[in-house]
Amino acid sequence: MEAWLLVAQLATLAIILAVIHRPLGDYMAWTFTSAKDLKVERGLYRVVGVDSAGEQTWGAYLRGVLAFSLIGVLFVYALQRLQAVLPYSLGLPAVPEGLSFNTAVSFVTNTNWQSYSPEVTMGYTVQIAGLAVQNFVSAGVGIAVAVALIRGFSRRSTGTLGNFWVDLTRATFRILLPLAVISSIVLIAGGVIQNFNGFTEVTSLTGGTATVPGGPVASQEAIKMLGTNGGGFFNVNSAHPFENPTPWTNLFEIVLMLAIPFSLPRTFGKMVGDTRQGFAILAAMGTLFLVSLAALTTFEIIGSGTGTQLAGGAMEGKEQRFGIAASTLFATTSTITSTGAVNSMHDSFTSLGGMMTLFNMMLGEIAPGGVGSGLYGMLIIAIITVFIAGLLVGRTPEYLGKKLGPREIKLASLYILATPTIVLVGTALSFAIPAIREDVEGTSIWNPGLHGFTEVLYAFTSAGNNNGSAFAGITANTPWFNTALGVAMLLGRFIPIVFVLALAGSLAAQSKVPVTAGTLPTHRPQFVGLLVGVVLIVVALTYFPVLALGPLAEGLQ
Amino acid sequence: MATNRGFARPYWVAIRYMIVATVVLGIAYPVAILGIGQLALPAQANGSVVTVDGEPVGSSLIGQSFTDDDGNALPEWFQSRPSAAGYDGGASAGSNYGPENEDFIAEIQARQAAIADSDGVAVGDIPVDALTTSGSGLDPHISPEYAYEQVARVADARGLDESEVTGLVDAFVQGRDLGYLGEPTVNVLQLNVALAQLGS
Repeated sequence: MEAWLLVAQLATLAIILAVIHRPLGDYMAWTFTSAKDLKVERGLYRVVGVDSAGEQTWGAYLRGVLAFSLIGVLFVYALQRLQAVLPYSLGLPAVPEGLSFNTAVSFVTNTNWQSYSPEVTMGYTVQIAGLAVQNFVSAGVGIAVAVALIRGFSRRSTGTLGNFWVDLTRATFRILLPLAVISSIVLIAGGVIQNFNGFTEVTSLTGGTATVPGGPVASQEAIKMLGTNGGGFFNVNSAHPFENPTPWTNLFEIVLMLAIPFSLPRTFGKMVGDTRQGFAILAAMGTLFLVSLAALTTFEIIGSGTGTQLAGGAMEGKEQRFGIAASTLFATTSTITSTGAVNSMHDSFTSLGGMMTLFNMMLGEIAPGGVGSGLYGMLIIAIITVFIAGLLVGRTPEYLGKKLGPREIKLASLYILATPTIVLVGTALSFAIPAIREDVEGTSIWNPGLHGFTEVLYAFTSAGNNNGSAFAGITANTPWFNTALGVAMLLGRFIPIVFVLALAGSLAAQSKVPVTAGTLPTHRPQFVGLLVGVVLIVVALTYFPVLALGPLAEGLQ
Repeated sequence: MATNRGFARPYWVAIRYMIVATVVLGIAYPVAILGIGQLALPAQANGSVVTVDGEPVGSSLIGQSFTDDDGNALPEWFQSRPSAAGYDGGASAGSNYGPENEDFIAEIQARQAAIADSDGVAVGDIPVDALTTSGSGLDPHISPEYAYEQVARVADARGLDESEVTGLVDAFVQGRDLGYLGEPTVNVLQLNVALAQLGS
C-alpha cells in the first residue's frame, strides 16, 4: 500500500478537526457559562421540576447523576421486557431478564456493549425509544461531569459546581441534538437507511431469495458516533453497509467520534481562562492517538500470523471498500475514544494489532476518550503528572492555581486504580472459579488458546472502560458475562464519576494560589511530554503482565 | 433551594426528564429524520434498491451469494467474497477467527483449492479478498483483481468473448473515494446485473 494514501487520509481528518475544534470548543464553553435559559428549556425545567438557577454541591450534583442513570436503566430495562407488546417490534419477543439488565446498563453507562445480535433481538421501538435515547443522554451526562470538573478549576472558594440538570439539558439539546440532525442527513445521503420497512425479501438474479434489512438506522448511527456510544443497529456495527456504506461515510463517522472529545480541551481552556492549558491537553491526546494509530496500522500491513500469511494479507473481518488503512483508523478512533463501534472485526486482527485496540482502552480512553469522560480522565492524569513533578523538585504541587493536597491526590489515585481493578478482577474470576471457567471455556470462548484468553480480557477491558467493542467471537449472552460485565460497566462508569465530582468539589472550595517562579508551567511541550510519559508508564505497569499472557504471547510466537 | 432538597426529589425529576427525553429524542427525532430522508433522499433511505425490469433484485449495498441451493459457486456469475453470514441480510456476522485459529487456516486452504480449481489460477495469484470473509458478511464488493481473475471462468461458462467480459469489469471498477479514501472496488450485484443483460 502506498504510504501517501495513509498520510492523505490522516491529513484530511486532522484538517477537519483543526478547523472545527475551535468554534465547537468555544461554542460549548459559551453553552456552559451562559446564564440564560432558552424559552423551550424553561418549559422543560418547569415540566420536570428543576430550578435552573439552583446551584448544587458536588454531592447534590452526584445524586442527580446517579438518580438519572438509575431511572435510565429502569426505562431501558422495562422497554425490552415489554417488547412483545410494543409497536414496530418485528414480531420479536420480550428480551430475557439477564440480557435486558446487561443491555440497559450498557447503554446508560455510555458503553454500548452488545451481548445480543440486534437483528434477531431488538425491534425498532426498543432501538429508537430506549437505546438511542440513552445514546444522547449518557453522552450528556459525560459532558456534564467534565464541565463540573472544569468548574472545580475555574471557580474559587465556592461550595457549588453548577446544576446537573441544566448541564445535561444543554449538552443534550444544544450540542448533541443539532449535530445529530445534520449528521443523520449526511449519512442518509451516503446510503445509510432510514425507514421502518422491516426485512424485505426479494428474488435474486439466481432465482434464490435475498434479504434487504430495514430500520431507522441513520438517526441512530449519527448519535452513536457523536456521543461516542458505539452500539450498532446491526450485529456487525459499522462494518454493515447500511451503517457505513462508503469510505467517505467511514471518514465522516470517524470525524463524528472525534469532534466533541477533541474540542472539549478547547472548552476547558476557555473556561479556565487560558486556552494554552487546553492546547497542552489536546497535544498530549493527539500524540498518543498518532502513536497508537501508527502501531496498529503497521501491524496490520505487516500482517503476521499463520492464517493471515496464508491468505496473503490481514483482510479477514475487513470490508473491501475500507481495506486496511480505513479499518485501522476507525479501530484506533473507536477504542481510544469510548465509542466501541467497529468497521472491521477486531477478533480477526493480527495478534499485535488486536493488542493495540486493547491497549487503547487500557490507556483509560483519554486520547481523546469519550465525550466528557475523556477530558476528565486526562485531567486526572494531569493532576498525577503535576504531583510527580512536584515530588521531583520537592514542592507542593499545584495545577491551574489549585493546590493538590493529600485529599486531591488520594481522589485522583483512586480514580486511576478503579478501572484496572475492575478489569483484572473480572478477568481473573472468569478463570479462577472452576464452574465459571468451565462455562467460559466451553460456551463463551470462540478462538482456542491464547486468543481465547484475550477475548475474555478484551470483554472486561471494554466493559470496565465503558468502550463496548468486543473480540466479538466471544459468546457473552450467558449468565456469567451478562452479570459480570453488567457490574463491571456500572462500577467502571460511576466509581470514577464519584471521585471526579468529589475532586471537583474540593478544588472549587479552594481559593486561587498565585503563580510564582516555582510553579510548574503546564502549557509547555515539556509538560505535554511528561503527561504522555505518565500515561504510558501507569498503563504499562498495570497491564503488561496480563498482555503478556494473551496477545503478546500469541504475537511473538 | 427546594429543588435540591430531599432524597426522593432527584428521582422524580429523573422520571419526568426521561419521559420528555423519550418523546423528543426517542420519537420526534427519528421520525423527523425519517420524514426528511423519505422526502429528500428516498432511494438511499430505502436501501439503494437495484431493480431489473422494475423488479427489485437486491440492494447495491448488501452483498449476495451467487451459488446454487447447496452453496456451490455458479461459474456463470461473478462470485462475492466468502461470507461468515452466508449473505443473509437478516443476520450480519463476521467469522471472528483469530489469525492462528486452525479452522480459519483450514478454510483458507479449502478456498484456495476451490478457486484454483474453478478459475484455473495458481494459488499464489488468488487475491486476498477472495480468500477471506468480510467484517459484515454482507460485503457488496470485491477487489478489481478478484473480478478480473474471474473473467475467464465467467466468459467460458456463458460462451462470451473474454474481452467483452473484461470490458464490462472495466466499466464497473470503482476507484477510491476522492482518489485516496478506502480501496478500489467492484460491486458484484451491479456487475452481475449488467452481465445478465450482456448475455441476453
